[in-house]
Amino acid sequence: MAQPHTISNMLAGLGRTAISPVQELGRVAIFFFRGVAHLFSFPLQADKIIDQIYFIGTKSVFVICLTGAFTGMVLGLQGYYTLVKFGSEGLLGAAVALSLIREMGPVLAAIMVVARAGSAMAAEIGIMRISEQIDALETMDINPVRFLFSPRLGAALISFPFLTAIFDVVGIIGGYVTGSLLLGINSGLYFSRVESSVLMEDINGGFAKSFCFAAIVVTICCFQGYTTHLRKEGFGAKGVSLSTTSAVVLSCVMILVADYVLTSFLL
Amino acid sequence: MTVPLIEFNQVFKRFGDNAVLKGVDLSIYQGQVTAIIGKSGIGKSVLLKHIIGLLEPDEGEIRFQGQAINAMPAAARRAVKMKFSYMFQGTALFDSMTVYENVALPLKEKGRVAFRDIQSRVRDKLAQLDLVGIEDKYPSQLSGGMKKRVAMARALVTDPEIVLFDEPTTGLDPIRKNAAHAMIAEYQKTFGFTGVMVSHEIPDVFYICQRIAMLDQGRIIFQGSPAEIQNSAEPAIRQFIRGQDPEAIKAAPSER
Repeated sequence: MAQPHTISNMLAGLGRTAISPVQELGRVAIFFFRGVAHLFSFPLQADKIIDQIYFIGTKSVFVICLTGAFTGMVLGLQGYYTLVKFGSEGLLGAAVALSLIREMGPVLAAIMVVARAGSAMAAEIGIMRISEQIDALETMDINPVRFLFSPRLGAALISFPFLTAIFDVVGIIGGYVTGSLLLGINSGLYFSRVESSVLMEDINGGFAKSFCFAAIVVTICCFQGYTTHLRKEGFGAKGVSLSTTSAVVLSCVMILVADYVLTSFLL
Repeated sequence: MTVPLIEFNQVFKRFGDNAVLKGVDLSIYQGQVTAIIGKSGIGKSVLLKHIIGLLEPDEGEIRFQGQAINAMPAAARRAVKMKFSYMFQGTALFDSMTVYENVALPLKEKGRVAFRDIQSRVRDKLAQLDLVGIEDKYPSQLSGGMKKRVAMARALVTDPEIVLFDEPTTGLDPIRKNAAHAMIAEYQKTFGFTGVMVSHEIPDVFYICQRIAMLDQGRIIFQGSPAEIQNSAEPAIRQFIRGQDPEAIKAAPSER
C-alpha cells in the first residue's frame, strides 16, 4: 500500500509540472508587455529601432526573395499538375496567389526570419546575460528590457509585414515562371486570375498574421536569451546554445499554432 | 557615532545547498574607501552585488543612510541606485560596442547630457586612464589590463557618489596596478566618493583604503582601520595578510 507521503509527493510533482508552464507563460507575457510599454517611453529609441530594422528587415530581404521565388515556383508546378487533371489549369494564378497571401507568405517569411535573425537575437542576448553585460546595464540604471527587447520588437513589427509582402510578390512571380514560362499557361490569364481572386481582406489577413508572428518571434527569441542564466539543463556556452535552439524551435511551433488560431478567426 | 552610509544587518545568502553569506554585519562609511578582503571564492563579489541590488538577501537587511533598501518604494530605490557605479570583476564590457561607445553609454542612455559634453567627458576619462588612441577598438581587441581600465573609465565617467570596485587591479602589470590604485585614491580625495573595493592586493589596499573588512566562512570577522588589521592577533587574519596557508602551518614541525 502506498504511503501517504509518497502520494503527497506524487501530487506535489504533478502540481509542479502543471504550474511550471503556466508560470513560464506568465513570465513571457510580462516580458512582452514591459517591452511594449518601453517602446513608447521617452526618450524614444528611434536610432536603435532603425538599426534593428536594418538587421531584421533589410538583411533578410535576400533570403526572403530566394525562398519566396522557390516557394512560388513549386506551388506553380504542383498546382499545374493538380489542376490540369480537372482541366482547370487556368486557375493556377488564383491558387498560387491565395496560398501565398493567406498562408504561406506570412508563415514562411516568419520562419525564415526566425532562422536568420531570431536565432542571432537569442544568442546575442544570451551571451550578454552570461558575461554580466545585462547586469552591467542594471547597475547603470539602464532598463535591459527597454534597451534590448523594445527596439527589436518595434523593428520586427515594422519589418515583418514588408518582408511578407515581398515574399508574396516574389512567390507570385515564381508561380508565373513555372506556370506560364515553363508549362505554357497564358500569362494574361495567370495574372488576371491573380487580380480577380485576391480580395483586400486576404491581404489584410496576411498582414494581421505577420504582425502577430513578429510579436511572437521577437518575444520568444529575446526571452530565451534574456533568461539563459535560469536554465537548469546547462550553463555558460551550453546554456546559450540551448536557449538558441529553444528560441528557434518554440518560435516555429508557435508560428504554426498561432497561424491555425488566426486562420480560424479570419475565415 | 556616525550613521553608516551602507549597513549590512545579519545578511544571509544561499545558492542551492551552498550557503555563501551566513549572517554578515558590515558598516561602510561615507567618504571612505572600504576594502573587502578574504580568500578567493568566499563570497566577496556576492556581498558587493547585494549593495547595488543585483542580488537580494535571503534574510537580513541592507540599509542605506539608515533606511532598509528592500523596504523603500521603487522610486526611492532607483534614486539610491543612481548614486552607485559598479566595476565588474570580468569587466562586463559590451563586446559589440567600441571602447568609446562603452564608456559613453551610461551618459548617452540617460539623455540628459549634451552630445559635446559626452564627448569631452569620455575623452577626459580615457586620457586619465592612459587609453588614448583605442577609442575605436572593440573589447576583444584589447589586452586584459586595458579592458580593466576601460571598465574603470566606464564606472567613473558619471562621477558617481559611491563606486563599487570588484577586483579592479587583478591582471594589471605592477606599474598600471599602482597607477590604478593611485587614481582611485586621488579621485576619492578629489571627489570624495565612497568606495567599496573587493581586492586581493595586500598590502597595497592598506595604503589606499581607510577601512578594511575581512570576510571568512560567510561572516565578517574583522572591520576596522588598516593599522588595526595589521596589528590583529587573530590567527585567521594574520595568516591571510601574511599569505600563509593554515594547513601548511599545521603540518609543519614545531620550531624549538
